Amino acid sequence: MTAYATRRVLLMVPTLWAIATLTFFLVRAAPGGPFQSERDIPPAARTALTAKYGLDRPLGEQYVTFLRRAAVLDLGPSYSQPTRQVRDLVLGSAGVSFELGGWALLVALAAGIPLGALAAYRHNTAGDRAAMAAALLGVSVPNFVLGPLLVLLFSLTLFWLPPALWTGPASRVLPVATLAAAYVAYVARLTRGGLLETLREDYVRTARAKGLGEGRVVVRHALRLGLLPVVSFLGPAAARLVTGSLVVEQVFAVPGLGRQLVNGAFNRDYTLVLGVVLFYAGILMVFNLLVDLAYARLDPRVELR
Amino acid sequence: MSPPGPRPASLWGDAWRRLRRNRLAVACGAFLLLLAALCAGAGALPGLPDPNAPDFALGASPPSWPHPFGTDPLGRDLLARVLHGGRVSLLVGLVATLVSLLVGVSYGAVAGYAGGKLDEAMMRFVDVLYSLPYLFLVILLLVFFAKSLVLLFVALGLVQWLTMARIVRGQVISLKQQTFVEAARALGAGAPRVVFSHLVPNTLGPVIVYATLTVPAVMLQEAFLSFLGLGVQPPDASWGVLVDEGRKLMTVFPWLVVFPGLALAGTLFALNFLGDGLRDALDPRSRGEAG
Repeated sequence: MTAYATRRVLLMVPTLWAIATLTFFLVRAAPGGPFQSERDIPPAARTALTAKYGLDRPLGEQYVTFLRRAAVLDLGPSYSQPTRQVRDLVLGSAGVSFELGGWALLVALAAGIPLGALAAYRHNTAGDRAAMAAALLGVSVPNFVLGPLLVLLFSLTLFWLPPALWTGPASRVLPVATLAAAYVAYVARLTRGGLLETLREDYVRTARAKGLGEGRVVVRHALRLGLLPVVSFLGPAAARLVTGSLVVEQVFAVPGLGRQLVNGAFNRDYTLVLGVVLFYAGILMVFNLLVDLAYARLDPRVELR
Repeated sequence: MSPPGPRPASLWGDAWRRLRRNRLAVACGAFLLLLAALCAGAGALPGLPDPNAPDFALGASPPSWPHPFGTDPLGRDLLARVLHGGRVSLLVGLVATLVSLLVGVSYGAVAGYAGGKLDEAMMRFVDVLYSLPYLFLVILLLVFFAKSLVLLFVALGLVQWLTMARIVRGQVISLKQQTFVEAARALGAGAPRVVFSHLVPNTLGPVIVYATLTVPAVMLQEAFLSFLGLGVQPPDASWGVLVDEGRKLMTVFPWLVVFPGLALAGTLFALNFLGDGLRDALDPRSRGEAG
């Protein structure tokens, strides 16, 4: 287990290198460049800016410089906010995104797993259909509609919650609910499917035969393996959640990573985009490693080699 | 390929028989087929107005007899726009799901069964694809190729299979230690046969669930890509685009978001109940159960 985890952590280095390299050339291949959207920069100033950031050097040289700096986590200043270091920008917004995504993930699991378990346990009854319909409501309303709808209801009609920004506990409620809504459906449906299969397994019958209570059989035995598909889904989903949802951050004016990526992309802020992408890739790989370790924990038959 | 001796009831034949008995699933399947037929034949429907013909004198009007879904601010008939828009949306959903089924399932199953170095390499490749900034890929596609619907499918297909691959791989890793796999191998089944005839059918539960949820996700993503210039261009529209346009006028002309939204939600609900029926019908462990 430890050897496996160590090897996976070491493997992150070449993977991150591949991602960094592809992204480096990808952003530079896109048309336009930094400092082109500014109005009326004198050509001399633009040349000076380009030289200052080394963008006038040959591409290969830029790439080597970038790699050497990235290796020590120095990503340089942002082009569109020259007084800020990319590292600080990314870490600053990461806190906000972690909070938003972390809560959304918790809400999705807390609502989705019981709904899915209930549906599987009452398979093909009205309770099953009602639970699934409830879970589906979240995905059937796109989040760019759900967000404004919730604002309309809770902020502009009932005046219960602030409509936007990220300022106090109350301001967290609507963005978290909007972000979690779609994931509830995924979690609930994958839980239901997984549990339907494990409920018929021999080891569950054994647990029942031993005289264990139904609650214990379902929660401790059947659900344990029934959650495997949910766990697989959680790797990418968690990474996507905690690194920010572009739409939700936009709707509620939340200063998270998603907004940094969009701003970086539109301003051709190469360093900022690379920073966000590398950060996201790191998070994704950590979550995927955790997921693979969780398989072995949940299913004793799985061998990690 | 099948072993000698009496031919066992095939997985698919069995499943089809069981699916037909599930009335909700059959009704949902019929609804989807009808919807697809209506959308595909929208151009030839008698009495349906041109979806792009404006009527400036009329403007935005609530649902009425000549315009059952109302009209948009340009006076275009919303029913016609929803039916025509359904073509792109349904096609996008279908193609993305096929890609995620064909590529994602085989990729994940092979990686999970092979294990070791091959699994490692295949999954790191998935991580790389996951992490690349999608926005730039789309911008690059737009720069190097002419705008077309095919390009939209390429952009969606590039990423749609990734999560599916991870889910199937996870299932296969857990399943491959089970006795039926050992039994299949002991009977002389080669790796491809073990993977595709024995393991993959056992992963179909989560696969179907995830595939049915992929459909609405890509329909909405198409709206985003259309906004960037990939996909449908005005005056044409898709459901995602119509919902997005309707959202902006939600407070004044609510029907503009309600009807395309209902089309999307109706498709989603029907797909999911059909998916549930399929899941139950295909579950290899319930074979022979109750007839």
